[in-house]
Amino acid sequence: MRYSGWQLLKQGLRGNAGWQPAWRTPVLQRSYDAIVVGGGGHGLAAAYYLARVHGLKRVAVLERGWIGGGNTGRNTTIVRSNYFFAESAAMYDFALRLYEGLSRELNYNIMLSQRGVLNLAHTEHDMELMTRSVNAMLLNGIDVELLDAKQVRDEVPLLNFSPSARFPIHGGFVQRRGGVARHDAVAWAYARGASDLGVDIIQNCDVTGWLREGSRIVGVETSLGRISAGVCAMSVAGHSGVMAEMAGFRLPITSYALQAMVSEPLKPILDTVVMSTATGMYVSQSDKGELVFGAGLDLYPSYAQRGNLPTGQAIVAAMLELFPAFRRLKMLRQWAGIVDVCWDYSPVIGPAPVEGLYLNCGWGTGGFKATPVGGWLLAHLMATGQHHALSAPFDLGRFTSGMLVDEAAGAGIAH
Amino acid sequence: MLLIPCPWCGPRSEHEFGFGGEPAVRPQSSASDTEWADYLYMRTNPKGRNTELWCHSAGCGQWFVMERDTVTHAIHTTREMGA
Repeated sequence: MRYSGWQLLKQGLRGNAGWQPAWRTPVLQRSYDAIVVGGGGHGLAAAYYLARVHGLKRVAVLERGWIGGGNTGRNTTIVRSNYFFAESAAMYDFALRLYEGLSRELNYNIMLSQRGVLNLAHTEHDMELMTRSVNAMLLNGIDVELLDAKQVRDEVPLLNFSPSARFPIHGGFVQRRGGVARHDAVAWAYARGASDLGVDIIQNCDVTGWLREGSRIVGVETSLGRISAGVCAMSVAGHSGVMAEMAGFRLPITSYALQAMVSEPLKPILDTVVMSTATGMYVSQSDKGELVFGAGLDLYPSYAQRGNLPTGQAIVAAMLELFPAFRRLKMLRQWAGIVDVCWDYSPVIGPAPVEGLYLNCGWGTGGFKATPVGGWLLAHLMATGQHHALSAPFDLGRFTSGMLVDEAAGAGIAH
Repeated sequence: MLLIPCPWCGPRSEHEFGFGGEPAVRPQSSASDTEWADYLYMRTNPKGRNTELWCHSAGCGQWFVMERDTVTHAIHTTREMGA
């Protein structure tokens, strides 16, 4: 069923009884040409591009829980491409350009709102480093603008401009094409698009091991039985280490809990995304009116999707310091996602050390903004067996060659 | 909130501690690039019981070994380095 204003009117007049499920509930086959483990945004996007770009007919996405129920449903929905290194900028901007056309391509409103992403500088030194970053981004072809303190104040008058502020505002920079998108809609849109092209989306299917033929991976062992595949991929974020261990190798990844929270809903008060380097805090206002915010990681390994109190307190304190007007708001919800952090804060995309398996992992705290490109590059690898030009710098081999893409230091911004 | 039993100071709040990674043995200088990469970057990152190095950085400053569950956050044991 194609979605449109006309369809909305028609279904509305019929009491909304005629809507179809957005994706099929397929019968699990015992063999596929390609299997993607992980039904988050990345995995669903990979399946969609395998079918749409590469013409594969027999593709399955295996999801342990429900699609989009992991980090896809737990992030703070920010999209942007303001990265320092050319390799990152090219990749993340490809994602942003795909996002810009996604609602139309998938006939599904992902509610992309390019309201701008504004990063704050709190000291003279921040400002100098930010100028350097902005220059690098401009050379990378990313459209960012450096702002002085007055310009920041014109854009976000709510910020704490008091002379006694703990984090005084010296300026900032903005990427106006950045913004937010509806995270669930991104997963559902890719699921619907993939399903329409014949991809089988299998939920409640726990992958418990890899099938091997000699040294090659030829399928998966699951809670629903064995399934063979021409090619396999894992796109499982925080559980990448668990899947890798089953295949007998290790990854340069540590899993941490990343918290986020929302306030009670309020009338429109913040019309852009604000990020603060010094505190790691980022905040935006959702269409429902809730302030959606988060900051740094709980700095020890965790597979518990909740986050601990000291980090939660630091996040709230950072937001209230920057936005004193939010002090009286009540908190509605707090949660955490398990993020797969690489040493250089760049992802790992490429062949696994085991034949027949491809990796899309290590996106850490910034995977949502990369959803379309993660899927695109993984699909390219699975279909052709070769790196796309955009994914080559992010091969696992960089940890042996030393050619890291060190955005941890480079971008100097919260991820 | 973790209440971490420092082997020297007893139970203290997690605020005072820093996580220091998985224990690993430094390779010989003659080791291959692959061995160095494995030591420097590759991690087991287990779901469940994990052996970790921690430092009581805002306390006694000592490093110690902690057995901890990464799912429940339960702390099984802490002990002095080499103990």
